[in-house]
Amino acid sequence: MIEFLSRRLAAALVTLVLATFVVFAVVEVLPGDPALVMLGTDARPDTLAALRAQYGFDQPLSVQYLHWIGGLLTFDLGASHAYGTPVAKLIGDRLAVTLPLAGLALGWALLVAVPLGVFAAWKHGRVGDWGVMGFTQIGISIPNFWFGIVLVLLFAVTWQIFPAGGFPGWAHDAPRSLLALVLPAIALSLSEIAILTRVTRAAMLDTLREDYIRTARAKGASERTVLFRHALRNALIPVTTVAGLIAGFLVAGAVIIESVFRLPGVGQLVYDSINNRDLAVIKNVVILFTILVLAVNLLVDLAYAALDPRPRVAA
Amino acid sequence: MEALHRRHLFGAAGALATVSLFGPEVWAQAKDRLVIGISLEPPVLDPTKNAAAAIRELTCPNVFESLGRIDRTGAIGPGLAESWTISPDGKEYVFKLHTGVKFHDGESLDASVVKFSIDRLFAPGSTVPAKSLYTDIDKVEAPDPATVKVTLKSPNSYLLYNLSLGDAGIMHPKSAATNDKQPVGTGPFVFKERKEGDSISFAKFPGYRDAASIKLGSVIFKVVKDPSAQVSALLAGDVDAFPGFQAPELVARLKKDARFAVVVGTTEGEVIMATNNGKKPFNDLKVRQAMAHALNREELIAAESGFGTPIGSHFPPHNKAYVDLTQTYPFDIAKGKALLAEAGYPSGFEASLKLPPVGYATRAGEVLASQLGKIGIKVAIAQLQWPQWLSEVFKERNYDLTVVAHTEANDLDRYARDGYYWNYDSPEFKAKWREVVAVTDFAKRDELLKDCQRIIAHDAVNGFLYQLAKIGVWKKELVGMWENSPTPSVDLSGVHWKA
Amino acid sequence: MSTFLTRIRHHLGFQLGALLLVLFVGTALLSFVWTPYAVDDLQMRSKLLPSSPGHWLGTDHLGRDVLSRIMVGAKTSLAVGLIAVGLGMSAGVTLGAWAAARGGWVDELLSRTSDLIFAFPAVLIAILITSVMGASAVNAILAIAIFNVPVFARVTRGAALAMWSRDFVRAAIALGRAPFGITRRHVLPNIASVLIVQATIQFAVAILAEAGLSYLGLGAQPPTPSWGGMLRDAQTYIFQAPELAIWPGLAIALAVLGLNMLGDGLRDLLDPRLRLLRVG
Repeated sequence: MIEFLSRRLAAALVTLVLATFVVFAVVEVLPGDPALVMLGTDARPDTLAALRAQYGFDQPLSVQYLHWIGGLLTFDLGASHAYGTPVAKLIGDRLAVTLPLAGLALGWALLVAVPLGVFAAWKHGRVGDWGVMGFTQIGISIPNFWFGIVLVLLFAVTWQIFPAGGFPGWAHDAPRSLLALVLPAIALSLSEIAILTRVTRAAMLDTLREDYIRTARAKGASERTVLFRHALRNALIPVTTVAGLIAGFLVAGAVIIESVFRLPGVGQLVYDSINNRDLAVIKNVVILFTILVLAVNLLVDLAYAALDPRPRVAA
Repeated sequence: MEALHRRHLFGAAGALATVSLFGPEVWAQAKDRLVIGISLEPPVLDPTKNAAAAIRELTCPNVFESLGRIDRTGAIGPGLAESWTISPDGKEYVFKLHTGVKFHDGESLDASVVKFSIDRLFAPGSTVPAKSLYTDIDKVEAPDPATVKVTLKSPNSYLLYNLSLGDAGIMHPKSAATNDKQPVGTGPFVFKERKEGDSISFAKFPGYRDAASIKLGSVIFKVVKDPSAQVSALLAGDVDAFPGFQAPELVARLKKDARFAVVVGTTEGEVIMATNNGKKPFNDLKVRQAMAHALNREELIAAESGFGTPIGSHFPPHNKAYVDLTQTYPFDIAKGKALLAEAGYPSGFEASLKLPPVGYATRAGEVLASQLGKIGIKVAIAQLQWPQWLSEVFKERNYDLTVVAHTEANDLDRYARDGYYWNYDSPEFKAKWREVVAVTDFAKRDELLKDCQRIIAHDAVNGFLYQLAKIGVWKKELVGMWENSPTPSVDLSGVHWKA
Repeated sequence: MSTFLTRIRHHLGFQLGALLLVLFVGTALLSFVWTPYAVDDLQMRSKLLPSSPGHWLGTDHLGRDVLSRIMVGAKTSLAVGLIAVGLGMSAGVTLGAWAAARGGWVDELLSRTSDLIFAFPAVLIAILITSVMGASAVNAILAIAIFNVPVFARVTRGAALAMWSRDFVRAAIALGRAPFGITRRHVLPNIASVLIVQATIQFAVAILAEAGLSYLGLGAQPPTPSWGGMLRDAQTYIFQAPELAIWPGLAIALAVLGLNMLGDGLRDLLDPRLRLLRVG
């Protein structure tokens, strides 16, 4: 057990170190000159050179890399070239949009998916099951950004219940800010509903085959008690695991949805930073997301290891 | 200065937000608050640190004032200088400063502060983006606390204009280093707070020298990038005004709403199909003329939902020195084909069109690809990110064609520059431009400017497409917003709510 | 074989999926020889028209026929998806089979590299890649292909490892056959069904990815029509011509749905116990 854990941890660390190389290299070869972006088309060559020196772009790559890693290790993400503000503050501000968005999407997905999955398992092999499975098939096939546009068409353009995009800001108008997250969260949750429904259904089918369920049924427990009290409780373990994996994806993967709804989230921050060559922001956010994914994967491994003491072969 | 900044020049004025939270009584009292939508977010807030037009729109002259001040008609009036004299040889400018002017942090303005500000514009090692506008300055002196004397190496008829730009905003030595995040100036509004990616707020500066004339108490600039989100923000009341509305195609939707005034004005932005004159086959005048004949401006403007005025040279139609040259090479596909054949390309050729990431460029790009295709030029479009466009097209001049708006005023000088990205090199134009800069009689300057327009129109240096319109949308009760955009500025000093 | 055909006849999902795929590929092929209008035919006087007998799906903001553009968009989607998955699959299968055959450091290196690629936020990295190399259909293909490599590598490795412990492979080893020969003659043919099913699913994922990238302006460049690019344009005109935002999305959804159903159907028909990776 201990050996397995330390192996996984070491592997994750190696991956992380490799990731810093890759991210640094990719950011380094991005075409375009940040100094030119800042100073514009009338900048003179001497002004550009002076600014590059000011930001340390003229330093050897190894020095720039070590400087960055040193900062990461001391939790100093440096300052954005474009805004002049600390990267940590920028990320914090944007997380105030992205985290509630991801939370809403995940919450909504679980709320819909778990009952649907239970229902499908209950109606296993019958019309209800087919209907639910057909729905999940459609759910994973619809691009979530198009679903977002369709939601805008219906609820913002035609019925004008929700805003078509943009974000008023929590401090400015909290209730309407929450409202602004509703459509994006629904759009974002569609494929997650499909996946979680399938996971719930599969897990329910597995547990419903177990002996203790048969015992409960034989003892005359009502169908509802069997489904919810006995089967669902056990089926929730894999569902929670998958939900955890999805949570990581939702935070890092909302770029396009944030783009559709013009939400100032973390995804948009990176996207804008790429477009403005704000190198400090790109590097740090991408590596933070990578750490997030690695951490979630590690947690999932740990959870499995804790639940299932048999030694596991790497995926 | 910050040349070719994307289309979004302005930002401007607006109203009392948070309607949803307060009752009507509070509304009446709150009428000194304005929320302005801006489509491009300023990176930093100091015009001497970054070229983005959005910085100037917000902070000049609201936060930073310059010696002169460009008004809503484009005329130069007194700014921090109450008056000035220019020596007959055009080389000596003496500015008389207002007295008793305070910075937002309580520091006083005097001639030494002005000298500090102007010196750093052209000092060696300076990283001011607009440095090249001020390199004609020989020295700046402060003979007494209220007088500033600027001496030039050679006369420059645009110096006064350049010193009135936001780029020459007067800053205090104490705050100059931190103005990017915490701008401190002498203007009527004090910087309050910024939330990156979201909003920037200002409040009225009680110590302003003419504080009684400022009616707005607080102003919030709210970043709304996407056109349809801009419409939603207006309809929902999140913003009161969008001085630089970005979506011509959505104007019809707002016109239907009785709450808003849609005001269409002029800008200094010429949209051109910039052409690499240094590269084969575009170095051949006949090829450029052929392309000029292929341009159907009516169609290009229709793609902008009808907003825009055709131009035949690089000059704004609303300027008094304008000459109409749109018929120099009238739309004529047969003529275009014939010219291409004469130039040795009877079956046309292939060309790349590298577009910056702005809506008008994408739309014009697709239309141009189709129009040039009709005379046999096969156009391959590539959409670049802004930094790539700057490096690849603008700096390295590695392109055939591009579409971009040149938004600053008085930018004909670019045709006289060596190594500018369209590689135009005309001794005739350069000589003419030297006259323009050296002339001291402004009536004569207008005639010279007309000659300049004719030279580049005849040489078909670039495809001259149309002048951008400024589309402003704001609540009908809002008074004093700029209708036109003579300079990137959302000047709030004259803006107020109708009582 | 005949039993296989009989099973197909009873698998509705497979049939529907196959039908949608035929429609998708057929439309793409048809667009080579015929579209109702030329896709670059600008008619500024008839822009943003609603559906009509002249233009079944209306016209876009530059007066171009939407149906014609959807048809050519199918070609773009199909090409990008096929090539990206093809590239990713060739590389992934080779690496996965090699790792399974060789074990040791090759296997370890492959696992670490797969972990690395899976650890990155895919959309952001794809945006970065297209930023580095420039926005174009070719670079979108490469970006999508990169994320397909570890998917196929893992599936291949897992399935191949299982094969290596089977008796007939052990017999081949005992006979002194070279690992390459065993892989080619015994391992790959026996894991082909897993790979085919995975490829179908990945094709669907690739089409979604292509649509996302071109929605962000990072895929095929205008005036070449792409479904994602059409959606981006349509969103600007959502107040005037809402139906413009319907058709390209519907096309994407149907193409992806077809491939997903086909993939699930193939899995049921070939081997219901297959374990697949679903990424993205």
